[in-house]
Order: sequence, then structure tokens, then C-alpha cells
Amino acid sequence: MLTSGVILLQANLLSPNPGLIFWTAVTFVIVLLILKKIAWGPIISALEEREKGIQSSIDRAHQAKDESEAILRKNRELLSKADAEADKIIREGKEYAEKLRSDITGKAQEESKKMIAAALSSIEQEKHRALDVLRNEVADLAVMGAEKIIKNALDADMQRKIVDSMLQDLSTKRN
Amino acid sequence: MKRLNVLHPKSLVKVMAILVALLVNTGGFSGVAAAQSPEASAEVVSGTVAASEHGAPSAHGEEKAGDVIMHHVFDSNIFAFHPFGEIELPKIAPVAGIDISITKHVVMMWLVSAILLVVFAFVGGKYKKMTNRQAPKGLTNAVEALVEFIRLDVAKSNIGHGYEKHLPYLLTVFFFILLCNLLGLVPYGATATGNINVTLALATFTFFITQVAALKAHGLKGFLVHLTAGTHWSLWIIMIPIEVIGLFTKPFALAIRLFANMTAGHIVILSLIFISFILKSYIVAVAVSVPFSIFIYLLELFVAFLQAFIFTMLSALFIGLATAHEGHDELAAEVAHH
Repeated sequence: MLTSGVILLQANLLSPNPGLIFWTAVTFVIVLLILKKIAWGPIISALEEREKGIQSSIDRAHQAKDESEAILRKNRELLSKADAEADKIIREGKEYAEKLRSDITGKAQEESKKMIAAALSSIEQEKHRALDVLRNEVADLAVMGAEKIIKNALDADMQRKIVDSMLQDLSTKRN
Repeated sequence: MKRLNVLHPKSLVKVMAILVALLVNTGGFSGVAAAQSPEASAEVVSGTVAASEHGAPSAHGEEKAGDVIMHHVFDSNIFAFHPFGEIELPKIAPVAGIDISITKHVVMMWLVSAILLVVFAFVGGKYKKMTNRQAPKGLTNAVEALVEFIRLDVAKSNIGHGYEKHLPYLLTVFFFILLCNLLGLVPYGATATGNINVTLALATFTFFITQVAALKAHGLKGFLVHLTAGTHWSLWIIMIPIEVIGLFTKPFALAIRLFANMTAGHIVILSLIFISFILKSYIVAVAVSVPFSIFIYLLELFVAFLQAFIFTMLSALFIGLATAHEGHDELAAEVAHH
């Protein structure tokens, strides 16, 4: 049983068969050529195209990321610049307001000082004028008293009475 | 590949469950017949099963197991579909002293070619229609996974620069061998790759492609320099024959590896089945022959993929060695000169 197998093995299993080699070669070459045309070409080009597509999308994504990062950076810069600008404006405004306030208060103080000075001077003038008026009045009264004394004969009693009445007059007028 | 492995144990259990149930049934049925005349029924079962499985002419009835096994593995002019009859393949008159008759394995190769052409015409058409934004699905997707595997993991990683040129050959040889291997596992089929002539022819293609690639990469001078392996001229008388033999052993090993793997698996399966016929025992059949032959069959499925991959992988490796390796040396030499 086994011996027959061994004999057949020796006889056939490794024996060359040029016809089969020929047919294998012919079949394989034809299959290779046809498949190359109908299948491998389109499949491989599609795969390569897809590979390239994926690569380019990855590249584009990276590019977009870089771009967005740049934009973000720029925005941040702009924002910080705007912040600084705003700070500056506020600071300047405050400074201006401060200056304005001090100016206004200074002016007001000056004004009030002037006004006070003016009032004082006018009061002084009024006082002088009043004193002048009083002085004239006193002089007039003295002159009138003297007149009266001179009119009534000049005796002592009379004189005394006249001075008394004059003084009374003065005091009433003063009051 | 990983997905296949995941599914594997589950489907194995299913197949076993179905087959065990069938076996118990037929075993019980045959047991009755065997009780009446054990000798005769065993003989009949042996004869018919042998005939139906291996296309042996059942007219003789008593055939040796070894003959049947060998008959199954060998090439022949008869394509048998027992019990439905058989087809005698036409003989063609020898051309230039070579018998180019169509044989079983030639028919199997043509069947493989036809399936390949139909499948890839379909897939190629899909790819032509497909735009860049569409994802492949179904058969296209399955084929793409294999194509992408050969393209990147086999061709690109082994050949490197300029791998595109060799890609059609590697892809064709992979799918051709894979389908030959798989069709050998189909009932009534024959394994064309289990024939030394077929594998030798395929390995010869690899041999020529390797040599042409080497010649193109380094020119005739570089090719001849490589034969001396860069040794002193006094050693050339030893080195040149060794290198020349080395050129031929690589594809020869390729041919023998594929042929032996495919043939061995079939012989093991058939031998396991024939153990039960030789021992004329149902217990052996149920306990040994069937489980073990199913196991080997599943192993063969794996081997079909593995051997197709190895053949392609080694072809790519040889091409890569013939082109890239020398190129680096030359580049280094050039750099040294400058």
C-alpha cells in the first residue's frame, strides 16, 4: 500500500511536465497583463490618490491650525494693545480732570479772594465816607451851637444852658 | 487578518457541532448495515467514498489507499466529478516535442484566472467610478485591505524605492496563489499550486524579475561585481560558483516550499481519512479521522493564506535585496570616493 505510494511519488510528484510549465507561464502572464490593465492600475492609482488626499488634508489642517494660531496671537496682541490704549486714555482723562479741578478751584479761590478784597476796600471807603459825613455834621452842629450862643447875649447861665441844650441835641441826634 | 482570527474559534465550534451530529447519525445508520455483513459494507463504503472523494475509477473497487491519495494529488487528464461522472480533457498534439495537453491543474488555473478576472474587473470598475471622497465597501473593501497589505507591508517595506514597478507582479502572484490554494480545498477541486511544475514556473518569474531588477539597478558591471561578493580576485574561483548557485537556490526554495506545503496538507488529510478505511473501524473514524482531518483542513485554510503571503513576501524580499542592498554599497563607495 505504502510502497505503491512511494513508487508513484518518485514517478510523478517531482517529475517535470513541460506542458504544465508552459500553460502556467502563459496563463499567469495573461492574467498578469489583464489584471494590470483592469485592476491594479485603477486600484493603486485610487489608493495613491487617496493617500495624497489624506496627506494634503492633514497638511491643510496643520496649515489652518497654524493660521488660526497666528490669528489668535494677533488678536491677543491687538487686545493687549487696546487695553493699554484704554488705560492710557483713562489715565490721561483722570489727569486732565485733576488738572481741570485744580485749575477751577484755584480760579475760584482767586476770585473769592478778589471779591473779599473788593468788599473790604468798599467797606473801608464807606467807613471813610461815613466818617466824613459825621465830621461835617458835627462841624455844622458846632457852628449852629456857636451861632445860637452868639445870638443870645452872652451870659454865663445862658451859655451853660445853650451848651447843655446843644449837647442834648448832639446826643439825641447821635442816638 | 485579525478579524478572521477573532471569528475563528466560534465558527470552528459551530462546524464541529454540525459535523458531530451528522457523524453520529450516519454512524448509527451504517452500524445497522455493518451488523449484517461488516466486511462487505465496509468494503462498499470504502469504495464509494474513495471514489467520490478522489476521482478514482470505482470499477476496480479495491484500490490501495496510497494510490488513491496520490491520484488525488497528481495531475491528470481526467476531471472527475464522482458520482456524477467525469470529463476527459482533450489531448493536444505535442508541439516541438512538448506535450501541451490540457490537464486538471491547467483547468484549475484557468478557473482561478477566470474568477480573478471577474472579481477584479468588478473591483477595478468600482475604483474607476469611485471619487476620492467615497469609501470602498463590501468586496471592494475586502480586496482593498489585501491590496493595501501587499502594497505597504510586503512591497514597500521590502523593496523600498521604486516598489511601484513590481507591484502588479506581486499582487497578481499573491492572489493567483491564494485562489489556487483555496480552490484546492473545495470539493472536486485540485490544488494547482500543489504541483511542482506550477510552482517552478511561478518561481521562475520571480527569478527573472529579480535578475532584471538587479541588472537595471546596477548595470551589467555591478551585477558581475556582485557575483564576486566583493572578495579578493584569488577567491573568485570559489565565490563565483557559490554566488551563481545562490541565485538559483532562492527561487528553487520558493518553488519547493509552496509545492510541499500544499501537497503535504492534502496528503495528511487523506491519510487521516484512510486510517479509518484501513482499520475498518467507525470508532477510529469518529474519534480520529474526522476531527483530525477537520483540524488539518482548517489549518490548510490558514496555510493557503500563509503560503501565498510567504511566496509574495520572499519575492519582494529577493527583489529588494537585488536592488536596494547593492545600491547602498555603491552609494557608500561613491561617498568614499568624493
